[in-house]
Amino acid sequence: MLRPFEIHEPGTVEEASVLLARFGIDAAIYAGGTELLLIMKEGLAHFPHLVNIKTIPGLDEIALSAEGDELQIGPLATHWDLERSPTVRKHAPLLAEVESQVANTRVRAVGTIGGNLCFAEPHSDLATLLLAWGATLELSSSEAQRVLPAADFTLGLFETARQPNEILTRIRLPLLSENTAGAYRKFSTHERPMATVAALLEVKDGIIEDVRLAVGSVGPLPIRASEAEALLRGQSIEGATFASAAELAASASDPMDDLHGSADYKRQLVRVLTAQALMEASGRAAGETNEG
Amino acid sequence: MRVESADVYNSAQIQIRMIVNGQSMEATIEPRELLLDFLRDRLGLTGAKRSCDVQVCGTCTVLMDGRPVSACCTLVYEAQNRELLTIEGLADGDELHPLQQSFVEQSALQCGFCTPGMILTANSLLEEIPNPTRQQIQHYLKGNLCRCTGYWSVLEAVELAARRLQAEGQSEGSA
Repeated sequence: MLRPFEIHEPGTVEEASVLLARFGIDAAIYAGGTELLLIMKEGLAHFPHLVNIKTIPGLDEIALSAEGDELQIGPLATHWDLERSPTVRKHAPLLAEVESQVANTRVRAVGTIGGNLCFAEPHSDLATLLLAWGATLELSSSEAQRVLPAADFTLGLFETARQPNEILTRIRLPLLSENTAGAYRKFSTHERPMATVAALLEVKDGIIEDVRLAVGSVGPLPIRASEAEALLRGQSIEGATFASAAELAASASDPMDDLHGSADYKRQLVRVLTAQALMEASGRAAGETNEG
Repeated sequence: MRVESADVYNSAQIQIRMIVNGQSMEATIEPRELLLDFLRDRLGLTGAKRSCDVQVCGTCTVLMDGRPVSACCTLVYEAQNRELLTIEGLADGDELHPLQQSFVEQSALQCGFCTPGMILTANSLLEEIPNPTRQQIQHYLKGNLCRCTGYWSVLEAVELAARRLQAEGQSEGSA
């Protein structure tokens, strides 16, 4: 049985922030609970105060921005919601695709995108995807608000830039341009993925104008494979050296030996998954060009 | 040994209301109580099983407002004003639900430990997608593990139940 704790039900972000500030390290934000309750059950952490932010209205909204250029996602949107949301499926189908493959049906039914990012479990599908995507995150406390790029949010194993009294209040995803296509690949033998790769390719007149490639789950936090990106930028889509780029991504990935597999094995996975993701993204980019 | 009073947290009792298998009830709970313990130990509903205890295996699956959840990792606090369905609530009296009947006919179980979770997850699927493809069934049931029967007969049982439920729906519609 879990050790006793109290659940607080704030009505606003400000109230939640005040509670978090008051209880300090004795408090944790409680949303879907899919990660938090696991560590509490294992006795790895105990929080005498859980601040249930599900009692704050509006934090689960999924909508297009007024300008129509970005998707704005409330942190309490569940993987289930994002997998099914017509807005997501229309404007960011790659996100819906990735969400549909997170963990399993039950985890998706209650697990939230905000909880996934804030927990910073190193095998997060979303952390890898949003790093490549260039998402930005809004954080609010009773004192201030700030916006951080996803790249500056995850700092390490279970560690983010979120301050104890801050709440992630919105995830902003710029809509991809018409010339951009993406793909996501992962490989798992356990419940959580052993390696994750997200690739976004912007192709214009057969030339790769931009590439964003993120590799995750093999080390403490996802990284951008910038050398691989630099190699591909400016190449023609038909003659693109995806195998060499995959090689560079594998070298940059710096995997850890752990229960999922050896560092060498993970490096090999990154090599294979990167090549696959790039091939798939380029296929999609070509398909879109043909349609256009 | 002296215990600092600040280290001892007595969680308050909370009064909650919920509907379990069609019946409304009130209960006094502690925030730390897990739904699986509440169902099994307090209500005697032992269809949901504890196995992996970390949301991987699916044996503790119950439906909360129609969505499958892992009762082992859900606070009963979450059931406040929600509707719960466990395997005990699926049959209509002595008449098995079409999913249960199909599992029996397709021999989609041996030991039966995973079966309540499989059937409830499939029930949620058929509510959402009455005529699912095999790929959709696999996607939904991916997190429900079976360690003896295998999955083939389970997939066939879900497909059979889907056909029957659709036929029932059509005959009701035309009646």
